[in-house]
Amino acid sequence: MSKTEQVLKERKAAGKGSLVGYFPIGYPSLEESIDAAVAMCQNGVDVLELGVPYSDPVMDGPVIQEATLHALENGFKLKQVFEAVKAVTSRVDTPVLVMTYWNPVIQYGVERFAKELSEAGGAGLITPDLIPDEAGDWLSASDKYELDRVFLSAPTSTQQRAQVSSDLSRGFVYAVSTMGITGAREELDSLARKVVAGVKLADANQNACVGIGISTAEQVAEVNQYSDGAIVGSAFVRAYAQGGVEALKVKVNELASLLER
Amino acid sequence: MTSSPTNLRQQDGPYFGEFGGRFVPESLIAALDQLAETYQVAKNDPEFAIELAELHRSYTGRPSIITEAKQFAATANDKVRIFLKREDLNHTGSHKINNVLGQALITKRMGKSRIIAETGAGQHGVASATAAALFGLECVVYMGEVDTERQALNVARMRLLGAEVVPVKTGTRTLKDAINEALRDWVANVDTTHYLLGTVAGPHPFPTMVRDFHSVIGNEARQQMLDEFGFLPTVVAACVGGGSNAIGIFHAFLDDQDVDLYGFEAAGDGLDTPRHAATLTYGKLGVLHGAKSYMLQDEDGQTMDSHSISAGLDYPGVGPEHAWLKDLGRAKYRGISDAEAMDAMLVLARTEGIIAAIETSHALAGALKLSKELPDGSSILINLSGRGDKDMETAARYFGFLPGDN
Ligand SMILES: Cc1ncc(COP(=O)(O)O)c(C=O)c1O
Repeated sequence: MSKTEQVLKERKAAGKGSLVGYFPIGYPSLEESIDAAVAMCQNGVDVLELGVPYSDPVMDGPVIQEATLHALENGFKLKQVFEAVKAVTSRVDTPVLVMTYWNPVIQYGVERFAKELSEAGGAGLITPDLIPDEAGDWLSASDKYELDRVFLSAPTSTQQRAQVSSDLSRGFVYAVSTMGITGAREELDSLARKVVAGVKLADANQNACVGIGISTAEQVAEVNQYSDGAIVGSAFVRAYAQGGVEALKVKVNELASLLER
Repeated sequence: MTSSPTNLRQQDGPYFGEFGGRFVPESLIAALDQLAETYQVAKNDPEFAIELAELHRSYTGRPSIITEAKQFAATANDKVRIFLKREDLNHTGSHKINNVLGQALITKRMGKSRIIAETGAGQHGVASATAAALFGLECVVYMGEVDTERQALNVARMRLLGAEVVPVKTGTRTLKDAINEALRDWVANVDTTHYLLGTVAGPHPFPTMVRDFHSVIGNEARQQMLDEFGFLPTVVAACVGGGSNAIGIFHAFLDDQDVDLYGFEAAGDGLDTPRHAATLTYGKLGVLHGAKSYMLQDEDGQTMDSHSISAGLDYPGVGPEHAWLKDLGRAKYRGISDAEAMDAMLVLARTEGIIAAIETSHALAGALKLSKELPDGSSILINLSGRGDKDMETAARYFGFLPGDN
């Protein structure tokens, strides 16, 4: 079992549920993003997702777009991913996944990226624009370096595709809760339940974490009743944008408040 | 060309060699599958072909004619003949309508009521807005804010036709960002909405489907050359942005071993400067907008800004079939600078009385250069992909033709 799976399973078994938190690397600077990520892990985030800034983030809404653009304008370089992962994993015990669009990994070299991520202590990758059908290189590299690989399952995915995502994911399946891009939404789609059910039908043992649109403590708690974790991104980035690391800590504590520590 | 396979015309996606595929969020896969299935059924349905052909006859104005440009040719080499396939005479003024009408029929077959489109020069947006008006579809066009400024008249045309034009303010605020925004809209509204992609890029089945809809250009032109002139051209030439007009005219000739294919991409300020859009000349293999192909990117895989005086060629990616044809050596690709294109635009206007789009003018300039290298008796068929009305403001400023200029 991977470390991510262990955390999710243990918390689920103890009836606690998990909060998966996203933060972009290099926003507003490399050092500040590392401090922010560590603060998230110390205040209630159970699994961390570090985002790689990319020029063409088609899955992201305005809040994350703005933050990652800022990071790019500040001179973000891809090798800083490994610095950030190393720095965070040396300070906290939380599993650290990297969320990245696929082109930067291709340019770095899939094998080389996997190797350096593993050496830095990273848990694996979440790949929003890489479907399992195109993931040949990544499947072998992630096996070789024992990394998590998180594929997505969507409300429009057929059961056959949910099966493939479930079979090939390690760590968890990213259950896309709604048809849309990242960004906090007040009402969470009931579609999320359907996506999680599809993953569980494919493999009752596979973890499904629900993401996209989660922004309140009630949603985090509710999602955890039928899944293995709630993924929050934009709400954290917005909090940081408004009030820095202190506001971020408050937001993490708030969103984790209905989950037992 | 003896090294190329002889059945290139048979190649369909998802892959052209190692290029193509589907690098998109899982949320879009169902829509792409539905599109691919609907298109496959339509492609094998004679009724669909008849319906589209009739639309082209009675609405687009097809077949488009071929004009020999003798005076234009003589400015470079009077021993080489130049022929123009007049896609500028199509309704809405460019080749873009060929693809749009095809996809509008597919949209109806899928039972969707809303189309979204990206546009650079505005020609694809205008064609999409036109089809939406004709078929009673809701239409939203995403256009980079920079492009809305340099193509203001086309923004007005789209609005007159009833489309909503959304200026895209993210990233570089040009075509690539318009595509990102259209993809985001599509992810959120995929149940009701068809993304009417305007070039041969994007995830499967777009590169294949859009090519098929434009292949009418080459199919007509090949037959017209044989019927009217009794020979096939030595060279077929076109400008390349995403690559739709080029693949449209190339496709019929792919297996004609004696016909050379040349694509001319935007070299902007020049190939020796960083300000260009020469994707096939300088691009590296990567993934952009859903397909693996060549693209302009830095060593971290961040997309680089492209530059061209023509909005329609100002794109850091290119369709996967062109990447494949380049690697096979079947087609050659060269860069044409802003200045060379603008010169050629002026020359064609003054020698033949035809004002070409600035995009198209890259092919004109490329053909003039090439004609000096070809043996006497050669001939070049150029895809005159669009007319220059939309570019009057840019051209007037460039040449100093405004009141008060001397
Ligand atoms: C007249 C004209 N030609 C060419 C292009 C470039 O597109 P493509 O390479 O897909 O033909 C455009 C795009 O807007 C155009 O308007």
